[in-house]
Amino acid sequence: MTDTVTRPSSDDQIASRRRIALVASKGTLDQAYPPLILATTAASLGWEAGVYFTFYGLDIIHEERLERLKVASLANPAGPIQLPNLLGALPGATAAATKIMKKWMSDARMPTVPEFIEMAQGLDVRFFACSTTMGVMGVEEGDLIKGCEIAGAAAFLDFAADADVQLFV
Amino acid sequence: MTSQFANLTHEKADVELDCSGLLCPLPVYRTSLALGQLSPGQVLRLVTTDPGSLEDIPALTRQTGNTLLAAERHEDQQLFWIEKGLRS
Repeated sequence: MTDTVTRPSSDDQIASRRRIALVASKGTLDQAYPPLILATTAASLGWEAGVYFTFYGLDIIHEERLERLKVASLANPAGPIQLPNLLGALPGATAAATKIMKKWMSDARMPTVPEFIEMAQGLDVRFFACSTTMGVMGVEEGDLIKGCEIAGAAAFLDFAADADVQLFV
Repeated sequence: MTSQFANLTHEKADVELDCSGLLCPLPVYRTSLALGQLSPGQVLRLVTTDPGSLEDIPALTRQTGNTLLAAERHEDQQLFWIEKGLRS
């Protein structure tokens, strides 16, 4: 995790680097993975990568909440536990679905969400925290993990406008 | 995709990287880090078991300016020989 990839050194190379702009809008454990995997992969390909964490997606870079991301047991027909919604609403069902997902990931030797965050930041992936979400949900800059840039929609679009790939997750 | 490389002669390798048992994006992530440690012209021998690597590793070398010298597809694993490029 402490290694770094070689970065382009000349201005020409930097100007020609590809860029990916991702929006992470969901705050569940399962939906935290795709933007982090894509950003980490893009950076591994030498691309410039940035993720805009907005609405519930802000939990992924919230220092306390990122450790408690969960998998929904309700209204999640593809989730780890296949239960009718009536049973999925029972106490403990969400915790069970979360536990199973974590076991799947661990058994497959996949990094945890905090580990993916560390990998991404180690490759200089930019993390943008949506300022509106912070205001709406009462999140302070100090609540976020280190290295996040607070940005509004215009600032993110300015970054995304020059991206080769833009994805909303 | 990789059939064009299949069963080419083994290349000499300067560094070995075993990504057996690792799923996407870890083989690409670790290969990228490993290539970052090499000098131009050096060769990395990579072992993967994720079948996605058959497309992912050629994509990595295309995107990063490194050269995929050879690849072998076996029943339960894939082998790749990657030469570090000048601009990567």
